[in-house]
Amino acid sequence: MPVIANPYSRARRRVPPATAESLSPIINPYSRGLRQLALITAVALLVAYALVFFYAPLDANQGFVQKIFYIHVPLAIVSLCGYVLGGICAIGYLRSGDRRWDMRSYCAIHMALVFSIAGLLAGSIWAKASWGHWWVWQEPTLVSYLIVILLFATYQPLRFSIEDPERQARYASVFAITAGAFVPLNFIVVRLATAYVHPRVLNLEGGAMPGPMKLTFYIALVAIALLFATLMKYEMSAKFMRMQTKRLRRQLEGEDVDAPRRRTAVPSS
Amino acid sequence: MSTAVAGASRGRAPAWLVVLRKDLRLELRTLETVPAMILFSLAIFVIFHFGLGRQSVAGQEAAGILVVTLLFASMLAVNRLFVAEREQGGFEGFLLAPVDRSALLLAKASALFLFMAALEVIAVPGFALLLLGPPLGRVLGPLVAVLALADGAVAVIGTLVSAIAVQTRARDLIGPIVGLPLQIPALIAAARALGPLLVRHGSTSPPGEWLLVLALYDLLFALVAYAVFDFLLED
Repeated sequence: MPVIANPYSRARRRVPPATAESLSPIINPYSRGLRQLALITAVALLVAYALVFFYAPLDANQGFVQKIFYIHVPLAIVSLCGYVLGGICAIGYLRSGDRRWDMRSYCAIHMALVFSIAGLLAGSIWAKASWGHWWVWQEPTLVSYLIVILLFATYQPLRFSIEDPERQARYASVFAITAGAFVPLNFIVVRLATAYVHPRVLNLEGGAMPGPMKLTFYIALVAIALLFATLMKYEMSAKFMRMQTKRLRRQLEGEDVDAPRRRTAVPSS
Repeated sequence: MSTAVAGASRGRAPAWLVVLRKDLRLELRTLETVPAMILFSLAIFVIFHFGLGRQSVAGQEAAGILVVTLLFASMLAVNRLFVAEREQGGFEGFLLAPVDRSALLLAKASALFLFMAALEVIAVPGFALLLLGPPLGRVLGPLVAVLALADGAVAVIGTLVSAIAVQTRARDLIGPIVGLPLQIPALIAAARALGPLLVRHGSTSPPGEWLLVLALYDLLFALVAYAVFDFLLED
């Protein structure tokens, strides 16, 4: 069989001459201060959970199981704030057209999804330990949480099914804003629909905690929020580096820059 | 709205009304959407009858069945709402016209609202005939009020979700999976408002708090949709 030699492809395969732009060191705008932030987060988590186990008093009714409260509630609060943050970053993208806002929105929602699934599992364990059931429809927070997770779980499939990166970013931003506005509304409606709110949760959330418990809770909340910030920053930084590596590899292998890319849900430029 | 004023001053109908009229004429000529929704809801009533093993239902159960059926039927319309625009260049035509982009949102939401109303004209009597135990005539007024508010939520959220989904590869999947969770609070409120009405010798006025929740939900999502809709047409 004759070998078909494509004269055009050879020319294209040639490694392009190194330009000042391709040789300049890559500066990752997302990684600035990441190490310090990670260290602070580690210290805060250590302090918070040392306080949880050695300082905060045991709950009179529930005993040791109640300690999961210091994981579950901060995870829930931080993840909900993460969803709303994703919506706010999406507003930033639609107003400015700057892709970095889309990256922030994507990573905020991604991390919030991870945190809220962890929070849901922790809540379920707590419900089993203190009320005897894995799932309790009387707990409005758990139920609204599930609805929010169901909604945001569609964020990635939505992104994945739009190929054009610019349109993907725009549509994902519209979704993020709508869903971000949905989070507080949903909580209000589900809370109204639940005739019976478990008094113990109301007590804990309503500020009826004794002083040491309250202090420990706030420190745990700050630690989890720092963890969210660190992981989000880390994800953005990793996504950015992967994008740059891909770009350099494409340049080295001499592929056409406009060659069709693999479909992805991740923001790309 | 500026376009409405501009259109009226030249003695023409405002843009949204033109698009709405186009949609209604298309539906009347092809009969693609509303008959399918009606058949779908009647089939669901039959399925509920066998699934629950009941001759008749009442109260909260009846409210839930009615609202869930209408919500599922609305998904059919939501999936089809922008298909003609996408496939036959309607988006390009609309973008070329010197009109406010929100006119398309208003037109499509009105069309969806009217489709739901047309569905309910058949499906609600069908429900009363097939499944509902207590008589419906006594509570017709409040029932219409609750359903109108619920249709508002379906129209606004459905239009927004449909406009997102129609540009994706898997639009038949994206529409329902994004749309259903967004509709859950409206579904809760509508079902809770209807529940007391569908009890034999029950109340004849719907719980005010749930009507208020539905109205606020409609209003807030109408504002959100108005704020973000333009970005879905920017091509």
